[in-house]
Amino acid sequence: MKLTPEEIESVAVLARLSLTETEKTMYAEQLSAVLEYVERLGEVDTDQVPETCQVTGLEDVTREDKVRDCEPGIRQKLIAAFPENDDNYLRVKAVFEG
Amino acid sequence: MNLNELTIVQARSGLDKKEFSAVELAAACLARIDERNPALNAFITVSHETALEEAKKADEQIARGQAGALTGIPFAVKDAICTQDTRSTGAATILSQYVPPFDATVIAKLRAEGAVLLGKNNCDAFGHGASNENSMYGPVKNPHDETRVAGGSSGGSAAAVADQMCVFAIGEDTGGSIRQPASFCGLVGLRPTYGRNSRYGIMPMASSLDTVGPLAKTVADAAILMEIMAGRDERDATTVPDAVPPYGEEIKKSVKGLRVGIPREYFEMEGIEEETKRIVLQKIESLKELGCTLREVSLPHTKYAIAVYYIIVPSEDSSNLARLDGIRYGTRTPAGSLYDTYARSRAEGFPEEVKRRLMIGTYALSAGYYDAYYRQAQKVRTLIAREFDAVFAQVDVLATPTSPFPAFKLGAKKDDVLAMYLADIFAVPASVAGIPGLSVPAGKTAAGLPVGLQLIGPRLGESAVLRAGHHLETTI
Repeated sequence: MKLTPEEIESVAVLARLSLTETEKTMYAEQLSAVLEYVERLGEVDTDQVPETCQVTGLEDVTREDKVRDCEPGIRQKLIAAFPENDDNYLRVKAVFEG
Repeated sequence: MNLNELTIVQARSGLDKKEFSAVELAAACLARIDERNPALNAFITVSHETALEEAKKADEQIARGQAGALTGIPFAVKDAICTQDTRSTGAATILSQYVPPFDATVIAKLRAEGAVLLGKNNCDAFGHGASNENSMYGPVKNPHDETRVAGGSSGGSAAAVADQMCVFAIGEDTGGSIRQPASFCGLVGLRPTYGRNSRYGIMPMASSLDTVGPLAKTVADAAILMEIMAGRDERDATTVPDAVPPYGEEIKKSVKGLRVGIPREYFEMEGIEEETKRIVLQKIESLKELGCTLREVSLPHTKYAIAVYYIIVPSEDSSNLARLDGIRYGTRTPAGSLYDTYARSRAEGFPEEVKRRLMIGTYALSAGYYDAYYRQAQKVRTLIAREFDAVFAQVDVLATPTSPFPAFKLGAKKDDVLAMYLADIFAVPASVAGIPGLSVPAGKTAAGLPVGLQLIGPRLGESAVLRAGHHLETTI
């Protein structure tokens, strides 16, 4: 299955990736090769086979819904990890554009 | 013997007998790192000061007679695993400044036993790769031949242990990322059963496949580490409640009568090198001398494992890595709109292979393709897992090569995406089934490159594979 540059473009938008023209050409080729390889899965008869959703067999794992303290100073460390902060708030771009 | 060359068992004994101090042991490792890391590039971050401080505290604990199992023993951690107050980049520049405020559960457990953190190992970014060439911090060189790769994705961890820069290392294995570099570097590497060790604090790649495990100099060391790391964790709902066996004792039991299966497909696979096959089969013969019974078995769906893997992994990757968008943490590339902030931060902060996987995964999960790709892959995954279940009704462990070939040349597969993916062909089936795999050294090629033998066990069958591996280690 060959991917067109338009398909690559729309997948890149969904993946939130800005790609250069060179990358688009390269990924179109490589993704096509990978998709061609995985097409062999179509040969396998899976009509009566359930999907694997998990491998542990665990069911309904729950814990008490309780607020736990964290170590002192963690709040400041989390704020320090923000790409931009303003008076201890995370600064982000406007979400709703006018 | 230099201190940095010691195993956990030897270091513990020497520290307890006060033959040397924890500070001397850490200093020996740090000196080795300073000497060799410029050539091998096994570390992204080296924590000289904190390592020596931790070692000093360890000496005080030992003096008070309060030593834990790992008190004073220096180790290194793959950079895709979070370590408190120590930069953890995942080998991608989007996290070049990220300092986690917490330890991954397995790291917290090892540190609670007194282990001394030396630093963070280079790896393929977020674990994406089989050669450690997908790191944004440069490739790792193989200590046995610096023109060759160390394997991946936990290549820095493997090179660090093999080159005696640390006593042991912790890596992460999704589709072979502990086992394959262990085999390329001549080490012991264990991928545990999915759910045996907590994944809390591991940068997630493919959440239904990711595991954390040890890279060690001996199987006995790996057993000690598993005993400490394994167990249920409230912070990872996929950890299993089953009791943790005393692996250190389990491995000493006899292997007489152990039923070893040799899956035909692994030895007939296209692309396996004759020398690798011969070395592995020879090593398997020595299991017979130890009293094991050998029998050929068949796993016909093995040939579909890579296709299953390269649908499931990129799909889960593309979802997991959505969290890295330049907003809450990591680096942000300034751009006009919010969308451009996401798209450019990700374009600059991720290497080529990460972007490739995000593209494959996003495509496979997109409307109209989900059934053909992801759902079909999860169905074939069921068949692969059932096939293993059926075989484990007849045998206790399976013996295979870990990789079809020894360490390849740097750059040899870098531009051939499929060839690189196929490098994990023998490691991926156990991953897909969620069962444990142990790589142990089988021997060396004429050119002096290590070859690994993989022992695969049933779900929670760590004791059996470690026991067989331990006894194999004692044969020549």
